[in-house]
Amino acid sequence: MATQTLATRTPAPQALPGGSGARTRTITARTVKYLFLLVFVVVVAMPVYVLVVTSFKPLSDIDPSKAWDFPTSWTTSAWSTAFDQLKNGLGNSLLLAVPGSIASAVLGSLNGYVLAKWRFPYADVVFAFCLFGMFIPYQAVMIPLVQVVTDIDLYGKIWGLMLAHVVYGIPICTLIFRNYYASIPTELIESARIDGAGMLRTYWSVILPNSAPAFVVVIIWQFTSMWNDFLFAVFLVPSAENSTVTVALNNLTGANVVPFNQQMAGALLASLPTLVVYILLGRFFMRGLMAGALKA
Amino acid sequence: MKRSSPRDRPRRGRARARTWLPGLLLISPSLIAVAVFVYGMIGYNLKVSVSKWHSSVKDTSYEGFKTYRDLMDDERFTQAWQNLLTFTVVFIVGTLVMGLVMALLLEKGARGEGFFRSVYLFPMAISFIASGIVWRWLMNPAPGDRASGLNVLFGRIGLDGLQNQWWQDPDWGMAAMAMPAIWQMSGYVMALFLAGFRGIPEELREAARVDGAGEFQVYRHVVFPQLRPVALSALIIVGHISLKVFDLIVAVAGQQIIADVPAIYMWQAVFQGYDYAKGAAIATCLLLFVAVLVVPYLVHTFRQEKR
Repeated sequence: MATQTLATRTPAPQALPGGSGARTRTITARTVKYLFLLVFVVVVAMPVYVLVVTSFKPLSDIDPSKAWDFPTSWTTSAWSTAFDQLKNGLGNSLLLAVPGSIASAVLGSLNGYVLAKWRFPYADVVFAFCLFGMFIPYQAVMIPLVQVVTDIDLYGKIWGLMLAHVVYGIPICTLIFRNYYASIPTELIESARIDGAGMLRTYWSVILPNSAPAFVVVIIWQFTSMWNDFLFAVFLVPSAENSTVTVALNNLTGANVVPFNQQMAGALLASLPTLVVYILLGRFFMRGLMAGALKA
Repeated sequence: MKRSSPRDRPRRGRARARTWLPGLLLISPSLIAVAVFVYGMIGYNLKVSVSKWHSSVKDTSYEGFKTYRDLMDDERFTQAWQNLLTFTVVFIVGTLVMGLVMALLLEKGARGEGFFRSVYLFPMAISFIASGIVWRWLMNPAPGDRASGLNVLFGRIGLDGLQNQWWQDPDWGMAAMAMPAIWQMSGYVMALFLAGFRGIPEELREAARVDGAGEFQVYRHVVFPQLRPVALSALIIVGHISLKVFDLIVAVAGQQIIADVPAIYMWQAVFQGYDYAKGAAIATCLLLFVAVLVVPYLVHTFRQEKR
């Protein structure tokens, strides 16, 4: 269906054979196309409608017969209850994701610089082995990881979780910076070198000032994955007091005794930071996604 | 050494080493971290999986492959893989088809393209834990008073026939479980395909049109063959995400065995059963499957980059 829609729409008007019949066909095709685009919007947005509407409902509206309706009266009571229960987790997640993503970016930037501009023998092979680390199911390292984190006395603490995220984030962060730095002309580095700058000086004066976009991409990427992660958090910081927002949210809703309006408000609350980042900086978010598929 | 230009670098081995050694030193902390945390820990996990560590008392002495053999006879283990298979097939087909259709609708440009793209892609920014909450509500199979979500909607618009048990259906539950995952990942596949479409030079299509190909034939014989590499990456990315599915199932199903997958089984074997050897063995199986999928892809990508 969709293929047909597009098949009848050619970009250049001169390619259209015939007269008004062809034009009607183009208009129909275009209408059908936008209709489909809108259908997808409805499908994708439906869960959001449910989230928003339900989160503003009073308890009395949590009834199957009113499930898809607007609230009879809009109230933020579910939001404030959910906030009270999640504020600890939100704070912990912030404490994890802000410094964690910055640390990841700094490491990734230095590594990417070396791999793009100061290559050592077999750098590509070494890097390929590194990249495998971003695809593994983390269950396969979880038992020793919990042990190591316990041994260095960071089990149940945000710092231990941050360590795990930063280490397992090395491959993707390095990849993004490496691909980005590959586009910086080598002549720039050569001329710095001729001026007598060493590796670190060149990094500081030539590379770093040109790195802002890559830093944004990596920080967004790492912030989102640290904020949204559940697997590492539940294994490394299961305690309620220090848990991140995803674990707190799951504890809140998992028992199924919490009414739906509070669950939905909690889900929205826990998603707000990443959603805001996405809305403001979606372009950069997309670049991180592409890098994740090993596409530059 | 600082003054050596790339042209005279290959001449002397020692001078060359002096140019790359600082770089290697700078990157070595990260390399060591990855070596220890990825490869070292995979190795240790293997060791645990063949050890006698079946309780909270640590015992890493060698036991052999008994744990693996026991898993082969373990009905829950087999069931978990069957569930994962259903989930993976529906998830992959669903995201690829939806992503491709979205990309097809947008590839020649549309008014408000940026808006559509952003809407299709935004679920990627949300955690599975958060979206799982909505989907648990949407796919609630409870009858009567406790009903909610899609079943209520279907009842109201006269499509009672579509009401079903969703993820609690014993045969097709995992197919329903893939719906939230499709919802979340289709936009990603769309973005990949869209980049693929935009990478095809317009001259190729134009040439085919000049040769008298209809627009449908242009897609079939010119555009789609060019998209094969993109489709392959999408398949592998979605496939490996699917094999690792964990949070989504925790969020939607809690710990009910009906929606069991290996990642969940591993978690419970360790956290509730304190059977570390068993957990490690399940994780190793999972790793093997992911490696079979990902390693050829990595090798292929790097070979291509070299060219």
